[in-house]
Amino acid sequence: MPLFDRKDKSRYASFTRRTLMLSGGMGGVMLLLAGRLYQLQILNGSQYMTQAEDNRVSQRLIFPPRGRIIDRFGVELATNRRNYRVVIVAEQASQGVEAVLDEVAKIIQLEPRQKERVLREIAQNKKFAQVPIVENLSWDEFARLNLHLPYLPGVQPDVGETRAYPYGAEMSHLLGYVAAASRQDQQNDNDPLLSQPGFRVGKRGIEKEYDAQMRGVAGASRVEVNAYGRVIRELSNKTGLPGQDVYLTLDCQLQRYAEERLGDESAACIVMDTATGDVLALASTPGYDPNWFNVGITNEQWHTLISDDHKPLLNKALSGSYPPGSTFKPAMALAAMDNGLEDLQVFCTGSVTIGNHTFHCYKKDGHGHVDLRRGIQVSCDVFFYEVARRLGIDRMETAARALGLGAPTGIEMPGENDGFIPSQAWKLAKYGVPWQLGDTISAGIGQGYVVVTPIQLCTLAARLASGKALVPRITHMVGGRLQPRPLPSPLPFSEKAFAAVRDGLNAVCNEPGGTAYAWRITQPGFEMAGKTGTAQVRRISKEEHLTGVRKNASLPWNLRDHALFFAFAPVAEPRYACMVLLEHGAMVAHPHVQMARDILLFAQQRDPVRMPTAYPLQSARAETQGEGT
Amino acid sequence: MTLRPYAAARRTLSIVDKLYEINWGMVLLITIIACVGFAMQYSVAGGSWEPWAAKQVFRFLIGFVMMIVVAMVDIRVWMNIAYPAYFVCLLLLGAVEVAGHAGLGAQRWLTLGPIDLQPSEPMKIALVLALARFLHGLSVEEVSKPLRLFIPLAMIGIPAGLVAIQPNLGTTIILGLDGCALLFLAGLSWWWILPTLSAAAAAVPLAWRFVLHDYQKARVLTFLNPESDALGAGWNITQAKIAVGSGGAAGKGFLEGTQSRLNFLPEKQTDFILTNFAEEFGFVGCIALLILFAVVIGYGVQTATQARSQFGRLLAMGITLNFFFYIMINGLMVMGLIPVVGIPMPLISYGGTAMLAVMFGFGLLLSVHVHRQVEIPRHSSGII
Repeated sequence: MPLFDRKDKSRYASFTRRTLMLSGGMGGVMLLLAGRLYQLQILNGSQYMTQAEDNRVSQRLIFPPRGRIIDRFGVELATNRRNYRVVIVAEQASQGVEAVLDEVAKIIQLEPRQKERVLREIAQNKKFAQVPIVENLSWDEFARLNLHLPYLPGVQPDVGETRAYPYGAEMSHLLGYVAAASRQDQQNDNDPLLSQPGFRVGKRGIEKEYDAQMRGVAGASRVEVNAYGRVIRELSNKTGLPGQDVYLTLDCQLQRYAEERLGDESAACIVMDTATGDVLALASTPGYDPNWFNVGITNEQWHTLISDDHKPLLNKALSGSYPPGSTFKPAMALAAMDNGLEDLQVFCTGSVTIGNHTFHCYKKDGHGHVDLRRGIQVSCDVFFYEVARRLGIDRMETAARALGLGAPTGIEMPGENDGFIPSQAWKLAKYGVPWQLGDTISAGIGQGYVVVTPIQLCTLAARLASGKALVPRITHMVGGRLQPRPLPSPLPFSEKAFAAVRDGLNAVCNEPGGTAYAWRITQPGFEMAGKTGTAQVRRISKEEHLTGVRKNASLPWNLRDHALFFAFAPVAEPRYACMVLLEHGAMVAHPHVQMARDILLFAQQRDPVRMPTAYPLQSARAETQGEGT
Repeated sequence: MTLRPYAAARRTLSIVDKLYEINWGMVLLITIIACVGFAMQYSVAGGSWEPWAAKQVFRFLIGFVMMIVVAMVDIRVWMNIAYPAYFVCLLLLGAVEVAGHAGLGAQRWLTLGPIDLQPSEPMKIALVLALARFLHGLSVEEVSKPLRLFIPLAMIGIPAGLVAIQPNLGTTIILGLDGCALLFLAGLSWWWILPTLSAAAAAVPLAWRFVLHDYQKARVLTFLNPESDALGAGWNITQAKIAVGSGGAAGKGFLEGTQSRLNFLPEKQTDFILTNFAEEFGFVGCIALLILFAVVIGYGVQTATQARSQFGRLLAMGITLNFFFYIMINGLMVMGLIPVVGIPMPLISYGGTAMLAVMFGFGLLLSVHVHRQVEIPRHSSGII
């Protein structure tokens, strides 16, 4: 019996045939794999190489230190201080994050709200990310935490940098503040720093104006990261540029004195050097604590700020606009002098009827005989009605604009209001009605359509004092470069006209009967000259004129007139110009004049313009003196 | 012509004869491929023998000795223990269902004393052995008879089903492919093959609805559109393609691959090890590796066609095809041509059970080669 199966032959043939078929299939699959490799590695290789590199390398930005803001004597107004903080790394918190936070809360104050935020951020981030627990710790708290660190797994001490404003609210409007970049900031500016969490950009004030210079250039660290974003090693490092320091013309002491003198009132004050236009103080009260915005303002704080009727977020010195009232009269007087009205005499009876409208003087019984000097001294409305009627709006507008009113002064700060000086063409275009004589009369005493800002009135004071077209300047040097300071051009008024107006302003303060005589500077050699003004905020009806205009003291605060006063000193050789605005402050005791008096006296006694500065002022002087004055 | 049916079978080979008969060329190729694996384990660990490369070398050495020993054992012995081995593996698979522990969402591991065993790996070899043993006894005509066909189908279906509920889609597919390929080689009629293929195609929607797990469906869906979920389930596919593609023509160089080392790839030391190789050695390296694989497979096919016993032929082809299916599925997967299924690259991926199973398989292949002259009667039980 054959043990070898004959049928095996057919099996073997079938097996071999089918083995060949399968081998062909296997070869086909191998070719398919090779083809796919060719496609991925040869045809698309460079594209995948780029993707692999993108995967691998991550760029980390290193924040440059922000430039400081420094006053003329080297006092730091805005600086960076160490921010002691503690962070937690979730993956290292072996006892659990909540347990560790509870331990931390035993050592330093940790509100439930903060705890919730930490837990939320941990949930949103990678397990190895550093999530801040508390920032801006005091050294004591920081040291205490460090001592307990061995018992707080996952907690790490960290020292960062944060913006600090040593004078807080006193400089808030001047300096502005820094805060996280808004979405709009990020759209307008493609600096990659803006999208970094924790980075701050300047908002308002000097912080905003010179944000680009103070920001500096980010350093970059190219690091290799793994799929989870953990840094494996640093590949290269590019150092950034620190932000540039900004030196102001400001005198910190004078600024603080001005702020203190304005107190809690809703007020603004500017002090300028009448030789150079340097702004020595620029105060607006009330202010706000700029540190609030830096660390992140709470709803409660924000609500406090916006609901305050004293408008703490408004820089009234630049952004507030007010009818100038009687402070407009010196400008009119100057125009009158140069337009053949130097000998104008008017008899004031308390009112005058022009056309079919009766215009009232603030003094019901009238001033009697008034000339230009007395018109300024007693601020006679009827006199300036006549001046306005004779000048006409065109010449009034030219004079006002030449003196810097109704247009931004160009001070290096954001948010400056334009103010407004009306013209015939403007009214026709705006209302479709031709200019009326009554409009001219109202404009003559700084009412009607005329609107100015306190900084414009301070500029007016400096221009009246110096006779030159001074421009207010607040920065002297940015990043070691002196700021351009154009030489002031002469003003289109005669010296005689200036002399007459200054004489009138002197009489306001220093001769009995002047509107500011009671609050003059009595110290010899420090006397000031200036002009008071009142801006109505309500309409006074015909009936009220007949029965007697209500006294401000009897009105609610927000219906009282605004009080304005500008002055320069010393009278003999003016060096300081000062402007004070007191919202709803037109009281018999003239608190605003008293403020200006005190501030001007303080400025003269301290005399900051003659003290050695922290930066080379000489070069700027030389430029100023190049004109030969 | 004098028929000497027992001539070859009776011829006793000494140990030296057998050592001489071993296909040392193939052993060398296997060792070279394994060395590529060691280099990759070393590389994905960031240039370190720990935690994978050293263990892998150790396992390979054990596997190597085992392969030589297996090669020297007469194939009739293997034929004898084919069924017991199959049942032991089946029991182990059943035990996994009862007492196994899960890894990566699937219950695949069984702890036996100090060893963590993945019974699905030896099952592939045992299935090939058992099927070869069974089909050895059938003529071409008998293979296609429904009552006879039922047994091998059950032999394939039971372990495949057990593996499928672990769930381990990759191994299920491989078991199915191995079994079907052996039936095909044994001469299954085309009248069975073509209708079955058509039915299988029709069954795909049903499988989708009732059989596949959610994670498996997700893999298929993201495979069809990886960009739809580039950071989620599509991550594997996208990152694997980036790794392979970024190797370019010549590769980034040994230890210079970034994709796998920086953990952009999951399973970098196991299923996706080829991506690291492709990244570091580029197109040139990959083609060289494919050629190495192809030559090993060629040796396997040659061994099968030279064997004088149907058992030997089927066993050799079964082992070879098993090896090939690993390469095919893993290669297609990491290059983004098929959805992600958990199949390692043989000899290169990290993994103890898989390494030992593959080496055992090669041992059997070599044994067929050594004992290629042995004739075994169709109705023999295989006892020497």
